[in-house]
Amino acid sequence: MAWRAAIGFAVALAIAPAAAQVSAPPARAQVTLAISCGAVGMELELCREGAEAWARQTGNRITMVSTPSGSTERLALYQQLLAARSADIDVLQLDVVWPGILARHLMDLSPHVDAAERVRHFPALVRNNTVEGRFLAMPWLTNAGLLYYRRDLLERHGRTVPESWQELAETAGLIMRAERAAGEDRLWGLVFQGRAYEGLTVNALEWLHSHGGGSIVEADGRVSVNTPDARVAIAQAASWIGTITPRGVLNYAEEEARGVFQTGNAVFMRNWPYAWPLLNAEDSVVRGRVGVALLPRGGPGGTHSATPQGAHSATLGGEQLAVSRYSRHPEQALSLVLYLTGREEQKRRAITGGFNPSRLDLYEDAEVLGANPFFGELFEVFVNAVPRPSAVTGSRYNQVSAEFWNAVHVVLAGQVAPGPALDRLERNLTRIGRGGRWDR
Amino acid sequence: MQRARRRGAWLFLAPMLLVLAGIAGWPLGRTIFFSLTDARLDLLGDYGFIGLENYLWLARDPEWWAAVRNTLVFASISVSLETLLGIVIALVLNARMRGRGLLRAAMLIPWAIPTVVSAQMWGWMLHDQYGVINEMFLAVGLIAEPRAWTADYGTALAAIIAVDVWKTTPFMALLVLAALQLLPEELYEAAEIDGLGPVGRFFRITLPLIWPALMVAIIFRTLDALRVFDLMYVLTGNSRATASMSVYARQQLVDFQDVGYGSAAATGLFLVIAIVTALFLTFGRLRLGAEPGR
Repeated sequence: MAWRAAIGFAVALAIAPAAAQVSAPPARAQVTLAISCGAVGMELELCREGAEAWARQTGNRITMVSTPSGSTERLALYQQLLAARSADIDVLQLDVVWPGILARHLMDLSPHVDAAERVRHFPALVRNNTVEGRFLAMPWLTNAGLLYYRRDLLERHGRTVPESWQELAETAGLIMRAERAAGEDRLWGLVFQGRAYEGLTVNALEWLHSHGGGSIVEADGRVSVNTPDARVAIAQAASWIGTITPRGVLNYAEEEARGVFQTGNAVFMRNWPYAWPLLNAEDSVVRGRVGVALLPRGGPGGTHSATPQGAHSATLGGEQLAVSRYSRHPEQALSLVLYLTGREEQKRRAITGGFNPSRLDLYEDAEVLGANPFFGELFEVFVNAVPRPSAVTGSRYNQVSAEFWNAVHVVLAGQVAPGPALDRLERNLTRIGRGGRWDR
Repeated sequence: MQRARRRGAWLFLAPMLLVLAGIAGWPLGRTIFFSLTDARLDLLGDYGFIGLENYLWLARDPEWWAAVRNTLVFASISVSLETLLGIVIALVLNARMRGRGLLRAAMLIPWAIPTVVSAQMWGWMLHDQYGVINEMFLAVGLIAEPRAWTADYGTALAAIIAVDVWKTTPFMALLVLAALQLLPEELYEAAEIDGLGPVGRFFRITLPLIWPALMVAIIFRTLDALRVFDLMYVLTGNSRATASMSVYARQQLVDFQDVGYGSAAATGLFLVIAIVTALFLTFGRLRLGAEPGR
């Protein structure tokens, strides 16, 4: 069939050029492991360096399998390879919402990683990676949504870091108007991830949760997305499009948003911590002029809400490393995973790449805090981040997320009003979840 | 004697029929088979028959019908534009002029670039903040402020059609050019003596004579356009504003792991293509039959 050919072609295209051999003198080589990493920001580079260091120490060889930078596409690639029981990838980097979806294909690490090691990581991630009693992946980094702002612009216009979304819209509008009048006609107020993909689910969950609008599907399986608070939250986000946010945001993922912010064309940006070192790199236009804060609260205005002031909500993200059940060298693959998620490697990644360690004690490490001052100040954000409903929805999470991001996308695009969109979303989610019985 | 010849013919055809059954019949049959089950991608061996249930869900899903509409709009507009532009370019390239060989080679470049690559390239060119298209349109005053071509529901499909026209017009032009080069010179000389103008020559001589080749090219392109996947996927992801039937089927099958439902969608795509092909063949043959002296 046509689409199969197209996918096969796209997959071949994605893998072929990058599956090049790197590192380690062939004379000492024992086995060759294939590892796939994400490609957002410095991810790929740091992953390669880490894996090469392991290869040098152990005398093995490493093949990097490059994957699409979009998480939705990466998961699709994994699903295809794993469904075919392919041994092409030994070590997989997993997004925080994937262990449930891929559980069947991953090696159980619990016999090899004792409880004492597991408690050194964020408990939310360890819980997340344990599916039906099997510990499937080592936490590698934790993530939570942050608000990046242009310190210089806020100071110049005498504004403080916004406490609520409403305040953010006002501040952004004010600065935009003033700067545009002064000739900065490309400046926008806020950029985020608005493309129809997993990132929009992450962003929209933050809007919902900060307004007290629940987290799409609750832990008991109830679909909680169609509430007055959720409508207020989505309507508010839709009102940004075209006013403080460029329409193009409807096609932005992480890197597109960073592209706009880093070239000095936005006052605020919602993004993950990985952007911090890149924004402050040598070639960055906004170097030294950026601040990081909590994402704004939902209130005031959430009169229906149980928490009228709303909350600072950040969606939990994070990456894990897992071993494929179809790997031909599970022992070496496990050793690579333990090396990469070990203390030294996580520390190096935190200092050079700004990746939040999954190890709790690194948040008290002076060198790590020196490179990323906000790690300490925002520690609570990382601990209290809001998980997406991947645990309760299990293997159907993907479908739930796609329904959710599509519903939000049409509202942001001005195609459908929030009310009807959420009505329809609730019906679809109830059907997908067989009326709350997600495990059927 | 007759029977022996017929047996011989079948014998000679057998290898081709076997290969066809293996590479076209088997996958198609398997897709239709799965469309009647509730199979999931990560456990393909474990399924139950659920009859036509998948098709009932499909018929009731407005997103599927939106995908059908998107695909038909995309196919009809892009193929029409490509045909018109292809004929114009072929006529120009058919004229005797200096540098014709170079022009013919240059024209093929868009066709030679893999679609995934050209789609990504156009994605950057169409970008709302740093895209060169906005820059150019702003400079000549066509638009007042940068537009988000691929993000806006009003322009996303049009942008995708434009990229497809850019990429596939050379293919049409090449096929038309091949047909043009077979036309006998004497016909035009005779027409000129009879006092037929250039417009008359095109509609009374050129078009009827290249019509069979043109029909083949149009059918090829339409079938191709109905299966479109890569342009939508690279330029707009899974956005429902532009999702084609293939994008829809892939999302169900891979992202949602729902082999049963995804196969039903793929079978639906197959049916739509079959219907369009049947229409084309009937329509094309009628027109061919109506030509005098053919």
